[in-house]
Amino acid sequence: MVLRRDWWKILGVLLVGYTIVAGLVGQVPRLPILNESIRNLYFHVTMWFVMLFLFTISVVSSVAYLTNEKQIWDIRAELAVKVGMVTASLGILTGMIWANYTWGKPWVNDPKLNGAAVSFLGYAAYLILRQSMEDAEKKARIAAVYNIFAFVMMIVFIQILPRLTDSLHPGSGGNPAFSSYDLDQNMRIVFYPAVIGWFILGYWFMSIQVRMRILQQKLNQSQWND
Amino acid sequence: MERLNKSKSSNPLGGLLFVLLMLISPLLQAQDMDVPMADVFRAEGKIYVVVAVMLVIFSGLVTYLIYVDRKVSKLEREMRDKDTH
Repeated sequence: MVLRRDWWKILGVLLVGYTIVAGLVGQVPRLPILNESIRNLYFHVTMWFVMLFLFTISVVSSVAYLTNEKQIWDIRAELAVKVGMVTASLGILTGMIWANYTWGKPWVNDPKLNGAAVSFLGYAAYLILRQSMEDAEKKARIAAVYNIFAFVMMIVFIQILPRLTDSLHPGSGGNPAFSSYDLDQNMRIVFYPAVIGWFILGYWFMSIQVRMRILQQKLNQSQWND
Repeated sequence: MERLNKSKSSNPLGGLLFVLLMLISPLLQAQDMDVPMADVFRAEGKIYVVVAVMLVIFSGLVTYLIYVDRKVSKLEREMRDKDTH
């Protein structure tokens, strides 16, 4: 690793490392029901933020592909979704553990939770759609168009609809549960670095996948040439 | 806190007051000692053991990530050399 080129990877590792320490040892507000589980904010919520970050990269890449038809943008769009699906799965699993101890059940029929599930399926459909087509250019173009649709639906399902109705999940309509510690300085100095650190790690995962895909394609091409 | 939020949006003076209050809010915060937290656990100090274990696991994962990253870099170099020859 070259320091001049890879400094951001070190920054990401340091930020997440700091979060593990400060997230467990730091001060948190004393709230009933949540108790110490409030610390999950640093770990559960960041997973969803990374997913949003990667899906945003993906939709931007898809738009870039549709404008200039360069294959690299199609590769970026696909692998950002794949890594985003991993962090979304971690978000769902950690959310279910947290819900089990605070709401009493791992899954409640709540607009935020169901919205997340529907968006997850929407992106699973994106990956299945890709696999269903042989022709590389046609696949890339149709997948890019679908990706824009999936992104808009995801924003509607997890960011807009839960705010219009009542939801148990914090950050949604009629639920002030998190407002008392949304403003807590002690938590902000851990939560924001956590988000930035995980953004960097998520991008790092994605970049390794992209580089491997490019290598694989070059290898396939050279096999044809030999 | 709800009221402070509203004053932020209504006028600039309220916004200033909001920022000031937010800065000193950790000092003002009345900690409700009735809410059960892991105080005894923390008093024994052994939470640091858990932190240490988590850091070891995290650094192990990061070491693996760096290993994969370097391996890909090596393959990229080999591919470049092969292309130029």
